Amino acid sequence: MINEIGHFALVLALGLAIAQSLFSLWGAAKRDLTLMTIGRRAAYLQFFALALSFAALTNAFLVSDFSLAVVAENSHSAKPLLFKFAGVWGNHEGSILLWVLILALFGAAVSWFGQGLPVTLQARVIGVQGLIGLGFLAFIVGTSDPFLRVFPAPLDGRDLNPLLQDIGLAIHPPMLYLGYVGFSVAFAFAIAALLEGQVDAAWGRWVRPWTLVAWIFLTGGISLGSWWAYYELGWGGWWFWDPVENVSFMPWLTGTALLHSAIVVEKREALRSWTILLAILTFSLSLIGTFIVRSGLLTSVHAFAVDPERGVFILGLLAIAIGGSLILYAWRAPDMKGGGIFAPVSREGALLLNNLLLATAMATVFLGTLYPLIIEAINGAKISIGPPFYSQTFVPLMVPLLVAMGIGPLLPWKRGDLVKLAGRLKLVALMTAFVMAIVLWKDAGQLWPVFGIGLAAWVISTALVDLAGRLGLPKASLAVAWKRAGGLPRAAYGMALAHIGLAVAVIGMVGSSFWTEEFIGLMKSGDSQDLAGYHFQLEKMEAAEGPNYQARRAIVSVQDSGGNKYTMEPEQRFYPVRKQTTTEAAIRTTLWGDVYVTLGEVQKDGVVLRLAFRSMIPWLWFGALLLVLGGLLSLSDRRLRVAAPSKVSEA
Amino acid sequence: MRRLFFVLPIVVFLALLAAMFWGLNSERDPGALPSMLIGKQAPVFSLPDLYDQGLVDEGVLADGTPKLLSFFASWCIPCLAEHPVLKSLANDRGINIIGVAWKNKADDAKGWLEKHGNPYQLTLHDLPGRTGIDWGVYGIPETFLVDGKGKVIFRHAGPLTPQILSKKLMPLLEGLGL
Repeated sequence: MINEIGHFALVLALGLAIAQSLFSLWGAAKRDLTLMTIGRRAAYLQFFALALSFAALTNAFLVSDFSLAVVAENSHSAKPLLFKFAGVWGNHEGSILLWVLILALFGAAVSWFGQGLPVTLQARVIGVQGLIGLGFLAFIVGTSDPFLRVFPAPLDGRDLNPLLQDIGLAIHPPMLYLGYVGFSVAFAFAIAALLEGQVDAAWGRWVRPWTLVAWIFLTGGISLGSWWAYYELGWGGWWFWDPVENVSFMPWLTGTALLHSAIVVEKREALRSWTILLAILTFSLSLIGTFIVRSGLLTSVHAFAVDPERGVFILGLLAIAIGGSLILYAWRAPDMKGGGIFAPVSREGALLLNNLLLATAMATVFLGTLYPLIIEAINGAKISIGPPFYSQTFVPLMVPLLVAMGIGPLLPWKRGDLVKLAGRLKLVALMTAFVMAIVLWKDAGQLWPVFGIGLAAWVISTALVDLAGRLGLPKASLAVAWKRAGGLPRAAYGMALAHIGLAVAVIGMVGSSFWTEEFIGLMKSGDSQDLAGYHFQLEKMEAAEGPNYQARRAIVSVQDSGGNKYTMEPEQRFYPVRKQTTTEAAIRTTLWGDVYVTLGEVQKDGVVLRLAFRSMIPWLWFGALLLVLGGLLSLSDRRLRVAAPSKVSEA
Repeated sequence: MRRLFFVLPIVVFLALLAAMFWGLNSERDPGALPSMLIGKQAPVFSLPDLYDQGLVDEGVLADGTPKLLSFFASWCIPCLAEHPVLKSLANDRGINIIGVAWKNKADDAKGWLEKHGNPYQLTLHDLPGRTGIDWGVYGIPETFLVDGKGKVIFRHAGPLTPQILSKKLMPLLEGLGL
């Protein structure tokens, strides 16, 4: 019965999406308040209908109702409750339902929080969101119905892929989707602006909080996915330039660019058509990401089951959504007037440079990801593009980006003064040189890490110098500075925190790439090994039993150079239902790196152990956390929260 | 001229769309790997005959008649799945097939061929699996088509299905006049 209600609500949501887009867009065109109000109500109702539908599917997973095909395929009665719950989106049907649920959530949020917007703009945003929802709901109802029954119902299910039975992966997809789908709001704002033919400072201010929300979630989602790969896959890597990783990274790059160019629109009304294009591109890349993961177009370890029929359907949606919006862009954007004029050395100039570099970086990732497909389409050759490509194209682009990231905030709007800038950079140069000297002293022989960490130090010290400057330091007294600190907008702190966060993450990336020490070898009980100042000893092997798996566990005692002793217990888990094995790394985090032990193959005369000291890795996760916190802090800024002026334009 | 810039994104997107649409066709297998051997002479080998232990080298592939070389093992379930296809090729169409029992004990391989029928004109034994490595075999069954002069013209990894037979292998065999 509950399943039928869920199914009914799903179909109802499709009808409501039609109503939402039709009444909103029609109402906006006719400037009819009643129609637009109906559109707004439909957005709420669509969200409630989808929430009901999603709740019904969740119920089916929680009570292990194997009469639903998707539950039977992806769940098991012995699975822990948390993973029964996470299993709802650990499959194609459930995850795409979550996708539209989040889309409807954003639609309802625009209806709710966007009451300060000009009514026609709001209605158009809601209408465009309704159209996207309509497309994806048709996709679900037509090809991916989660409420499909199997008869007779099997006695038990096939279980969830054990790699996905993990807390990191339980929250990673919803976060990622909140990010992906969140950009639909910026996209809808861009389309609405093209329809209205107007982009001004107010538009820039309205679109920023929505972009920021999506960016925060996407940052969190990507970091969680990376963290999961790091501890669950057992290779110790945290980024593999895998197509599925890349497609989540591309909207992040353009989304980051959008976040910055929207500032220029807001402050100076410049870069308008570029910002519109970025908003379209960012959501388009999110859609392409969704498509690539589901179509089997590219090979990846993460991809869902391949189904060509679904692939063609989503491709059709992409063609309409992206193609339509780009045609609209080509038609309407050239009529937009240019904005404020600025000198190359200025805040705008730095932000423009940031945008160019981020867009180029996106283009390299895009090319690396899709080039094999394009080549294959042209001459049938199979090629694969791996990390060496990215370290030669993507990484060098990050160098000027980090340099500019430091300088940008120090420059004034319109026109900067190089001499003045140089004066402010003296202290920064000193701090950077100091850090580089320390790294050089600690790690004689390698120049790249000195350079990389120097860049990070540059960004951190400029952020600090910038904050200090805003407080009036060093001229003002500490008491005055303290007083000013309270008055500084939260966005200023948010920016500094996010920039510092990225720099801290860069330290983690550089450190882990250059200073990681590793040992892989066959060890018997009692064998010991020294590595990176740690003494490892394999005490014994033992068997363990989990709720839906059997595990082999190694007990490894570790002693650090300070004489502290502890045991680490890496596991290999075997899930009988799926006949799959997963590795559970044992990780002990210290300030300077992770002690990382994984258990490999068990052989006749011992086990293969992988011992590693992964230098600076915790800094990467901490940096990602700072990025998210910085975003949240900016979002809480009063200026963004209060949806700005302009009841005026309603008239 | 200025307008041209605004048209550029849609042009790029259309090209991408075309590539993606092409990529979805059901013929394409994104996991497929082409063999490095295509168009080249077969690698040198020397393997014992499964039955009489006499050594056979790559010259056997260059006796003027095109042949299939099929890597199999008794422990390999997909090999059993493709077995009827090989038998019909050998019995109904008279194609010469050389079998290579790969990482398989001699008695197991013999017993398996006795039980399920032996489509091979000649069965070789690659117990250590070295010859398989030279041929780039990464999982069995794998089938190679070699022309009468010892040149490799086709490779298929995975079981030979009737579809692959009719769509890919048969046209090649007919091209060789078989």
